[in-house]
Amino acid sequence: MLELIEQTARTKSIVFDVPGWGRHRAGQHVDVRLTAEDGYQAQRSYSIASAPEDRHIELTVERIDDGEVSPYLADELLAGDEIELRGPIGGYFAWEEAPGMPVFLVGGGSGIVPLRAMLRHHRATDSAVPVRLLYSARSLDDVIYRDELTAADAGDVRLTLTRRQPAGWTGYGRRVDRELVAEVCWPAPERPLVYVCGPTGFVEAVAGALVSLGHEAARIRTERFGPTGGETP
Amino acid sequence: MTRITRGFHGRRRPDVDPARVPPGQYVTQDFPVLSAGPTPHGSLDTWSFTIRGQVDQPHTWTFDEFQALPRETVTRDIHCVTKWSKLDTVWTGVSLDTLLDGVETSAEYVTAFSDGGYTTNLPLEDLTGGRAWIAFSYDDEPLHPEHGGPARLLVPHLYFWKSAKWVRGLELQPEDEPGFWEGYGYHNYGDPWREQRYAGD
Repeated sequence: MLELIEQTARTKSIVFDVPGWGRHRAGQHVDVRLTAEDGYQAQRSYSIASAPEDRHIELTVERIDDGEVSPYLADELLAGDEIELRGPIGGYFAWEEAPGMPVFLVGGGSGIVPLRAMLRHHRATDSAVPVRLLYSARSLDDVIYRDELTAADAGDVRLTLTRRQPAGWTGYGRRVDRELVAEVCWPAPERPLVYVCGPTGFVEAVAGALVSLGHEAARIRTERFGPTGGETP
Repeated sequence: MTRITRGFHGRRRPDVDPARVPPGQYVTQDFPVLSAGPTPHGSLDTWSFTIRGQVDQPHTWTFDEFQALPRETVTRDIHCVTKWSKLDTVWTGVSLDTLLDGVETSAEYVTAFSDGGYTTNLPLEDLTGGRAWIAFSYDDEPLHPEHGGPARLLVPHLYFWKSAKWVRGLELQPEDEPGFWEGYGYHNYGDPWREQRYAGD
């Protein structure tokens, strides 16, 4: 582990130097395996936050208070420590630079992580494919990669803050519902490729809205986390 | 080679019998949802279940015909490749032994196919012997669409991606053909007790 970067009160990015790492595709994940002295092991999957072009592998971990692996990664792991990573894993929820239809990314909460890898990949390859991000967080303080996503060169990034908006906020201030999707996404006839990542309830709502707006189910790729009906960021 | 992780002690759950938890899994009370695309919401009026492919003749059941078949309620532990396991889950459905009874085939493999285009492959043998069901009820309630309703394949002895949600039928095949996740590097068979998560495990 090289470096820990505090993103929000609950999330940290962890940068790893991974010898012998093969190139990953933006959107893929890794398995983290921790082993206690008595041999007990715990494994979890984390999306890769860095682009294939980035020099190091970056994970962004949301600390789950009663969790087993995330508190260790967020609070215990120190620069210089070694942990076991396996990957890259997955391949459907992945985007590679390719000429074609626009790409619409929709993230809720820490669902931004694999989408951020796609945005960085898009920029690193000087892609001409139009890409747009709609990112839902509770407040500005909950926006992960806030500096990067609000920078002048961030690209087409739209934020919606569902609980609290700062004074003078010019972004959206509501949940990602059908109307907001209709407003921000390319119309269905333009056949955007859509990636939606977030808590289960968020993804169900957004994917359902896209289908009801006429988008083909086969062009909507989803990644859900948390239990049924999980909280909506 | 396994390395000790400095400062990691783990949070073992005293209430869980470790013998019921396959390697690398943790027990959850939740029922997480993992799906590659939108949840299909089809009508029961047009729902059917079909066994086709290398068979003497295809067999198809409408939802009403399917509901009239002998049903079983089973309690099983389920194991998802994303590491969670859920113990003592209660399902009601039709045994594949019942559905395959009277189907003449020399096929050794099956591709389960679903609404939304999902597929997964299994040896036919793994669907027989009281080890697989088409489940339409979870916890005494109709199976929720997020969890694969109206009906999903239930093969609890394999990782849960093999238990195809929104299942609409089985294609009996002479050759083994990788399904959706199997084509993205997941293990072809997927035995949680041998930790067959990914190709090569």
